[in-house]
Amino acid sequence: MEQRWGLPLVAWPSRLRPNYWDLIALPLVLGAIALVAWGGLAMTARYHVGDALPISLDPWRLPEYALRTVLRMAAALVASLVFSLVYAAVAAKNRQAEKILIPVLDILQSVPILGFLSIAVTGFIALFPGRLLGVECAAIFAIFTSQAWNMTFSLYQSLRTVPADLIEAARMYHLSPWQRFWRLEVPHGIPALIWNMMMSVSGGWFFVVASEAITVSGQTIMLPGIGSYIATAINASDLRAIFYAVGIMLVVILLYDQLLFRPLLAWSQKFKGDPGADEDNVRPWFLLVMQRARFFDLVQSGGLALNRSIDGMLAALTRSRGHRVERAAPRPWLDRLFDLVLLALAAAAAAWLAHFVSAALSLSEIGWAFVLGAITALRVLVLIALASLIWVPIGVWIGLRPRMADRVQPIVQFLAAFPANLFFPLAVVLILHFRLNSEIWLSPLMILGTQWYIAFNVIGGAVSLPDELKLAATNLGVRRWLWWRRIMLPAIFPAYVTGAVTAAGGSWNASIVSEVVQWGDTRLHATGIGAYIARYTEDGDAARIALGIAVLCLYVLAFNRLLWRRLYNLAAERLRLD
Amino acid sequence: MADTLVSERPEAAAQAPLLRAAGVCKTYRTPDHTGRLVLDRLDFALRDGEIVAILGKSGSGKSTFLRILAGLIPASEGQVAYRGAAVRSPVQGLSMVFQSFALFPWLTVLGNVELGLEAQGVSAAERRKRAVDAIDIIGLDGFESAYPKELSGGMRQRVGFARALVVNPDILLLDEPFSALDVLTAETLRNDLLDLWTERRIPTKGIVMVSHNIEEAVEMADRILIFGSDPGRINAEIPVSLPRPRDWDAPAFRQIVDTVYTILTTVPGRDNRRGAKPEPIGLGYRLPDAAAQPLSTVIERLTEAPYNGRADLPHLADEENLDVDDLFPLIDALHLLGFANVSGGDIELTAAGRHFADAEMLDRKPIFAEAVMKHIPLAAHIRRVLDERPGHRAPAARFLRELEDHLSEEEAQRVLDTVIGWGRYAEIFAYDDDDEAFSLENF
Repeated sequence: MEQRWGLPLVAWPSRLRPNYWDLIALPLVLGAIALVAWGGLAMTARYHVGDALPISLDPWRLPEYALRTVLRMAAALVASLVFSLVYAAVAAKNRQAEKILIPVLDILQSVPILGFLSIAVTGFIALFPGRLLGVECAAIFAIFTSQAWNMTFSLYQSLRTVPADLIEAARMYHLSPWQRFWRLEVPHGIPALIWNMMMSVSGGWFFVVASEAITVSGQTIMLPGIGSYIATAINASDLRAIFYAVGIMLVVILLYDQLLFRPLLAWSQKFKGDPGADEDNVRPWFLLVMQRARFFDLVQSGGLALNRSIDGMLAALTRSRGHRVERAAPRPWLDRLFDLVLLALAAAAAAWLAHFVSAALSLSEIGWAFVLGAITALRVLVLIALASLIWVPIGVWIGLRPRMADRVQPIVQFLAAFPANLFFPLAVVLILHFRLNSEIWLSPLMILGTQWYIAFNVIGGAVSLPDELKLAATNLGVRRWLWWRRIMLPAIFPAYVTGAVTAAGGSWNASIVSEVVQWGDTRLHATGIGAYIARYTEDGDAARIALGIAVLCLYVLAFNRLLWRRLYNLAAERLRLD
Repeated sequence: MADTLVSERPEAAAQAPLLRAAGVCKTYRTPDHTGRLVLDRLDFALRDGEIVAILGKSGSGKSTFLRILAGLIPASEGQVAYRGAAVRSPVQGLSMVFQSFALFPWLTVLGNVELGLEAQGVSAAERRKRAVDAIDIIGLDGFESAYPKELSGGMRQRVGFARALVVNPDILLLDEPFSALDVLTAETLRNDLLDLWTERRIPTKGIVMVSHNIEEAVEMADRILIFGSDPGRINAEIPVSLPRPRDWDAPAFRQIVDTVYTILTTVPGRDNRRGAKPEPIGLGYRLPDAAAQPLSTVIERLTEAPYNGRADLPHLADEENLDVDDLFPLIDALHLLGFANVSGGDIELTAAGRHFADAEMLDRKPIFAEAVMKHIPLAAHIRRVLDERPGHRAPAARFLRELEDHLSEEEAQRVLDTVIGWGRYAEIFAYDDDDEAFSLENF
């Protein structure tokens, strides 16, 4: 026993001395740092609106473009993470802030992401005049808006559901608020946060591709990246270039998955409390490298030391101000005042918005926008229904075969991450070739990328159905339609609803890029609110963009409240399997 | 080792108390702002060198009281002082061990034990040394780098103890530390803790333990406080001066256990003498958490040998393998329904109880229904409302609101769940969980 604890404790600890795993880890990390530095420099290059940024269709330029795209993704992810930590912490800790922050987040979640872009880009360009950074920031911001909200929600929910006994233990052992946040609250939220991060990035590729070609008041700026490469290829009707882009996208997503999310997911398992939770005992290879290489221990120790010194500084600061132990007593009149101020602000904003829109638009146009919204809503509903009809039986069939499910699940996840908009040109070619009705045949594009969420969740639901229930059903001779109605459908319902909510949300967003699709000089239109927004974004018509976004937002909110949330509650209360 | 604690620590009684609570009240706010008293003017002093156990039925506020002592919950009135200084939030010198262990799943055993020292700003080297010492002393060596989920329940609670002891606390507050463990594991851990204490290998000067296991309390404590319910208060104080180690089967030990049972089952203000009718209870009475099926099982067992209608409660608990938390609700329910009388630590079936036991399964329902309608005002009230309403339906929320005038939200829901269970079994009313409504359907 003495032996084991005879480790040198203060001097250069042996666990931080380099070993041969570092031979793998170090080049990887140093290479990544160099690439980031190069990409960062490229981002701050000089640029004036109106300058052309030539995009070459030479496949040898693709790795460079891919790197730029990946960096944009990473920057957005870091921004989302920081945003989530701050926003969720404030919302969870401050009752007054919570009252406004959470509803705002709920609405932000339903704002179409691509709608943000046209509004944001002008502001960012003004922020960094003469630099490409402004446009880069606008693109990153667009990706950020596609990732941040659900991450923030998950973290907020985790912060609100920290087990009471752990909070008591933290208080009993005198953890400072800073320590409590980093040692208890954030770790508690990590599994859900990582999962949501993965889903976010999965959806984010779609928007990376869409946001690199930005239109500012009639002029299209193409940021070097895969998205712009594809846009250029579409303009040039170059099918071969599209295939190159699809290929490199596959590689990029695979690398993200292998180098980032497989390790992160496996690592996040240790933050789960219940022992039965970690079935997946195979450690991803890159996590192994990270855990074995001393280099990462060094980084981790550095991070911990930094965290501690911040805590020390904060402690010194609070001590010098004389620490307050007791919380301020709740003052009801202050609450009421706060509510009144909020109400007044909301009323003022509504009045201003009404004024802004009504000054530029007639009542009939507003009405027309709602009709367009209804058309898109119909598309979303029909497509979700169709996708469900296809994927529920297939998903159940796969889910009942656990070994096959193990193999299929990563593929489906991968398909969900793959930006479906890469295939849109193909649809144009097909529609033109077979002379199809674009009102109908453009619709499936909306769900091309999001149907996988239904498949993914249904498979997951079917896998988790306990064997005893299946055996009991067989034993009772429950078969065919009765088996579906009484056993399988109720069993997968909660998982299905989760998948369908995600798929529907994604489809609404996709409507902006899928209702107007281009190939070379050919443009196909479908009638709907997405096409409306896309058209006025190109024209730079602020009032109509605002109207389109507001209408889309209202539809999404209404659907969430009236349909999905109810199904969700039903699933949570009645059909849980625990 | 056989020496009693008092003789080992002769200074005990003379000194000022380590921890003192004076006139502690706790009121929770209710929806109608009247406030519900859960702890009523508690006075308590923990002296140097003493283990005090707190026993009480669920709902007696014993856990709340422990948390007030710890500074985790503020008292509504009165105050707690540790070595003369007021306790308003957790203070250095007091450590707590939790029923659920409350370990951080993402920290190793070592990380969990070191956490309290880290928060105190102890240097890394010293932290490591003290944590390793604490891990050693509690018998966890070899498990330093394990995560809690890799450990069995007993080992996890050892981590809980190591974490509490590593900060060298004056006082250990134990919140049912053994109740999540199986019997054998609990016994081992209890003995190990008592050894550390009697051999003075830990610097702890006093222990307050909340428990629901009577034998465990009698084995460990120098003094047992018995809490009464509604509102929580100290009903009795029993000194235990048996020499250590204590033998569970010794007559003196059994006698103290019997005394505790008697006090716990005697409700002040209610006539518990044999043959006496249970006094009527109010609408908002905290019905015991006992389901109909186990009730009929206990009645059946009581009619059989060796009890033949009458049983010694400790004996019954032992034979039927019933925890105190399982047994007391059953006994309370039997008494409330007029099926049994309880006195002097004994339970005896009434005529109604014997009648129920003798009946066939289907005939038992009307007997049970009659008892419920007669003795449980809440059930009778629900039935009356349903009879009066034209559609014979009523939402649960209506009754929940009435209950919340007397009980906390959680307790109101629990009491309503109990009465739903009894009503369904007795076929007094039906309850639809989807609509959360009572009805007279299918009758």
